[in-house]
Amino acid sequence: MKRSVLIVALLMVAIFCTPLMAFEAIPADKLKVAWLYNGPIGDGGWTYMHDQGRLDVEKAFPGVTTMYVESVPEGPDSVRAMENFIRNGAKLIFATSFGYMDYVQEAAGRHQDTIFMHCSGFKRAHNVGVYFGRMYQSRYLTGLVAGSMTKKNVIGFVAAHPIPEVIRALNAFALGARHANPNVKIKVVWLFSWIDPGKEKEAAKALIDAGADVLGMHANTGAVPQAAEEAGVYVIGYNNDMSKYAPTKHLTAPIWNWGAVYKYTVGKVIDGTWEPEDIWWGLKEGMVDIAPYGKDVPESVKELVESERQRIVSGKWDVFEGPIKDNQGKVRVEKGQKLTDQDLISMNWLVEGVEGELPK
Amino acid sequence: MELIVPILAAAVRSGTPILYATLGEIMTEKSGVLNLGLEGIMLIGAYVGFIVTYNTGSPFWGLVAAFFVGMAVNVVHAFLCISLKANQVICGLAMTMFGTGVSSLLGRGYVGETIAGLQAVALPGLSSFPVVGPVFFSQDVMVYISYLLVFVVWFLMYKTKFGLMIRAVGDSPLSAEAAGISVSAVRYASTLLGGGLVSLGGAYLTVVYSHMWVDLMTAGRGWIAVALVIFAIWNPLRAALGSYLFGGVEALQMRIQAGGTTVPAPLLMMLPYILTIAVLVVISVFKGRGRMLGAPSALGLPFYREERE
Repeated sequence: MKRSVLIVALLMVAIFCTPLMAFEAIPADKLKVAWLYNGPIGDGGWTYMHDQGRLDVEKAFPGVTTMYVESVPEGPDSVRAMENFIRNGAKLIFATSFGYMDYVQEAAGRHQDTIFMHCSGFKRAHNVGVYFGRMYQSRYLTGLVAGSMTKKNVIGFVAAHPIPEVIRALNAFALGARHANPNVKIKVVWLFSWIDPGKEKEAAKALIDAGADVLGMHANTGAVPQAAEEAGVYVIGYNNDMSKYAPTKHLTAPIWNWGAVYKYTVGKVIDGTWEPEDIWWGLKEGMVDIAPYGKDVPESVKELVESERQRIVSGKWDVFEGPIKDNQGKVRVEKGQKLTDQDLISMNWLVEGVEGELPK
Repeated sequence: MELIVPILAAAVRSGTPILYATLGEIMTEKSGVLNLGLEGIMLIGAYVGFIVTYNTGSPFWGLVAAFFVGMAVNVVHAFLCISLKANQVICGLAMTMFGTGVSSLLGRGYVGETIAGLQAVALPGLSSFPVVGPVFFSQDVMVYISYLLVFVVWFLMYKTKFGLMIRAVGDSPLSAEAAGISVSAVRYASTLLGGGLVSLGGAYLTVVYSHMWVDLMTAGRGWIAVALVIFAIWNPLRAALGSYLFGGVEALQMRIQAGGTTVPAPLLMMLPYILTIAVLVVISVFKGRGRMLGAPSALGLPFYREERE
């Protein structure tokens, strides 16, 4: 009696756990991988960098077929786009924007044998993994450069929308700048727009008029570097190396390297060792980095950045480690404490040294 | 003064692309044709201006090409709305989608490229006046052309026979037809000319303002122009006022932010639309009393020859 119960129980476990076990290996020349983009590749920023990651996969795995759809709204339509990929034989789908989260769950529920990877979300399943990059680490390093290079102790920051991702970027940048130079103030202009080069340029000019002699940015186009070059102030780009827009004034830029996680995942799927992980990689894994330095960055600054990078890569320290005060003077992170990933994802306050309040 | 001058100069700069588009739409609408495709045509203008400047190295040819391509694209709208008498609202929306899509598709290879573009030239003499000099006369050539254009469009509309024909066709096509004017020909002419100007407004963004091409870079300026036409009550002079007002609001709110104070930016960004709604109310009130202000009475209505009311 006991024995039959045990057998039944084992059978049950076997049946229910089958989907939880590793997916079968797929030879590279049979593997089709699909990317779902929320913007056009032509944005030169977010989607463009994801597509560079896709091209990295093509280069690294010549047999693998890749496909993509651009500008898919983060709504029910995205499910249809994913269904389409699956009909065309996709076994691995990367959904590159937060807003796809629930739709990925829906499609993944219906297609248990397809692997989904969702960027910047937090819902996993046996066939859904999530991935994102610790961009704030690169932001911190570029902040060090900005803080070292300012003469007037005023840094301007052009910011797209007051959402946690951008706030985190601004805060990490400010912490870096003030680590290098505690007298630095950071002035911010919020754009309330993701892509608008005209407005970005005007915001840069407004900050320059307000006394900033180094600019940072979380906006998508090269308009801020362009304005900086024209006005003769230093600038730190974003997303990719923006030195083309400011050949003499571009200092460096925090950049994405999505290829790191894409190659890793595709490799795992080919080997049959893929598991639904929660990947949040940073400088250490090469998922984020900084662009090559401009010619005006002195050796001493490069050394400072290098030593701070080592501190982060070694795992001994991370950017949001206390003591950190907000810009109202309240202690947000006690000495010896560190913000959790959950705190980082929902960040809604500005660090000391950043002027102004968050728009409500 | 040191604070105000940069704001006013920025107001003129960011108002100029909208001004071109608004003037273009006024020309089109005065003849009775509504074109809601401004956003799309501006994008096409921005794209064409960029690639031609990029490939020829000449901003001049970039702008010229944008003007003519804008006209050519508007042939589609004119044909659908004037010859085929299709619904103008739907055609306009289709033009927006078409322009957005085609510029995005064709522009893919040009993302991340830059051009030298048109630089600012201070006008000798005029630019040395206090305030007025740096605000109005230390800009680029396209800004100076837009000043002239405001008067040219106004003169054309109110002081020439062609302008009279456009207004007649837009207000009362039946009477115009009876007076021997070809309604279709006049509407075609003003729709194409208007399209050229709208396209120039888009080209201003790439060739003069930010020397790069990015998808969707007009960011709603076409719609602002549609609103400004009503705000200006179809008058080119008021269009200039409205465009600079809008540009000024944006410049001001950014400088307030840069100064360290937080303003409710979305509220300020609503301003042109709120003003437009207010003007719409005024227009409707006057219309109820039998006065048309500047609105063309036959706006949006296809014209059927020999049809009697």
